[in-house]
Amino acid sequence: MQDLLRRYGTGLTATFCLLVAFWILVLVILPNFAMFEQSFRPYLPVVDIGGPKDFYSLGNYSKILDNPFDTAIFGIPVTMPIHIKMFLDTVFYAALVTFFCLVMAYPLAYYLAKIADPKSIPTLLLLLFVPMWVSEALRAFAWYIILTFNGPLNMLLQGLGFIDQGIRWQQGGIFTAYDAIVIVLTYCYVLFMLFPIYTAITSLDSNQIEAAEDLGSPWWRTHWRVVIPHSKPGIASGCVMVFMLSAGSLLVPTVVGSTRANWFPQTIYNFFNDALDWNTGAAYSMIFLLVCIFFVILMMRLFKVKLSDIAK
Amino acid sequence: MSRNRALLGHFYFALFVLYLLVPLMVMAGAAFNDSRLPTVAPWKGFTWAWFGELFADQTMWGAFLNSIIVALAVVVLAVPIGTAAAIVLNSISGKYRATLYGFMVAPVLAPGLVIGISTVLFWNQMGHVLHAEDFFLFGRGLHLSTLGQVSYIAAYVMLLVLARLQSFDPGLEEAALDLGANHGQVLRRILLPHLYPAIAASAAIAFFQSIENFNVTLFTKANETTLTVYVFSQVRSGITPKINALAFLLILLTLVLALVYEMNRRRLARIEAERQAEARRAEEAML
Repeated sequence: MQDLLRRYGTGLTATFCLLVAFWILVLVILPNFAMFEQSFRPYLPVVDIGGPKDFYSLGNYSKILDNPFDTAIFGIPVTMPIHIKMFLDTVFYAALVTFFCLVMAYPLAYYLAKIADPKSIPTLLLLLFVPMWVSEALRAFAWYIILTFNGPLNMLLQGLGFIDQGIRWQQGGIFTAYDAIVIVLTYCYVLFMLFPIYTAITSLDSNQIEAAEDLGSPWWRTHWRVVIPHSKPGIASGCVMVFMLSAGSLLVPTVVGSTRANWFPQTIYNFFNDALDWNTGAAYSMIFLLVCIFFVILMMRLFKVKLSDIAK
Repeated sequence: MSRNRALLGHFYFALFVLYLLVPLMVMAGAAFNDSRLPTVAPWKGFTWAWFGELFADQTMWGAFLNSIIVALAVVVLAVPIGTAAAIVLNSISGKYRATLYGFMVAPVLAPGLVIGISTVLFWNQMGHVLHAEDFFLFGRGLHLSTLGQVSYIAAYVMLLVLARLQSFDPGLEEAALDLGANHGQVLRRILLPHLYPAIAASAAIAFFQSIENFNVTLFTKANETTLTVYVFSQVRSGITPKINALAFLLILLTLVLALVYEMNRRRLARIEAERQAEARRAEEAML
């Protein structure tokens, strides 16, 4: 602080601090606090706000336990509240998307960092960037076209003789009702996995890989013991980004999902926008936020990295 | 062995690019199909009609204009905030720095819907506290979308500027101060010129991040929409290939921008290579 004052004087330093304070307080901390506070208050008509009915309770949170129904998890029949089931589905399929993205992005990141000709790297990166600049809404829409029942994918698969009848990707899918959502989320977010891992592998000294190979290590062990440990911060960062984006996506599940595949953010949006019950919406997004924080901490522990490694 | 691996790598890269591009090509292709539904198969003949319908759509133009206005507002707010944050962060160290850094990057990791909801609730509550519920600032609308977007886009600006600050020599500022420059001059003539590349890049990123934004905008908007939300509502409520025409134009724009960028990069690289070659020749001549 002293240093700032000496360099830029009182006026400019005060301006800097005010800008930062506006950002951190007014745009970040206070809104989250407001959400936290509102989530404990009941949804009331305007005249009752501040009245005797307006007291703090966990009522909004306990709504997630309403409406139990019979369902099955991995074939085991269970009875659980409908929102809990949807919540678990969202977390599970978002984790699956994260895993697919990792599997697809890691070899490509390694290729770009260590195998491709360094001179052509800017061009190759640009080729990958171009699809990412197209808005997410349009990318989801592109898959909506591809996955429709009479769409190109089913025609192609039928033409090649893989399937006899078209697959209803958006309703039933092959495995679960979530097939379409998982496919499209993976497509939309795979590049968020690629770039952090690419950056991490670039900083690995190629001599280490050569040394491992000279000492007789097979390729998979070189990756397991040398490349992957080195790219941990990148992997953690990519996983956090992809998980957050997929679990928090409202666009993709609404565009390609169906009534049989519901995503947790859609529930929040319904409370917020259709039911105008902002308080329950706030409670649900608090729950969602807690899961995200938990996931970040889990990744930091799992990969033994710091927050500054993840958010770069 | 390593030749094979390189081949495998090239092959995988090509496959990956194809995987990224084919869906976009399918979508763009459907813009020219003379069919009521957006699809490429069955192909019912070539038409420009969907472009005409797109240009006649007033809602689309309104949404387009809104997107640009919001994006410009985000740039105007997020760039100074992010730059100031980077300068402040750079001047402190230790425990406070880590805490402040945590608060600054948290919005990047926070899901968009959480940012959107919390922004709406906060401003709404401000309206209650000040007994000014009907004042436009406290209700939902694109101004809240702007503020919500700034809360995380400022963090991108901060990260880029902070990275650039690492290569700044504070001695230059000392020298300027010793030579009698005032504080304003130090900022304007010494620090900012060094930061301009990062500031320009972050302004571009802020602009496009804002155009792209969906989650925050959806929760904070009132009746006015932005382009991304417009596309979403069209997809939701029975769609025509009009949106494909829009997608085609946006993809074309992206490609043109990418091409200009690539040609510019190659030109600069060539100039740099020539300069180095000349330097080498000069060195050899000296010997």
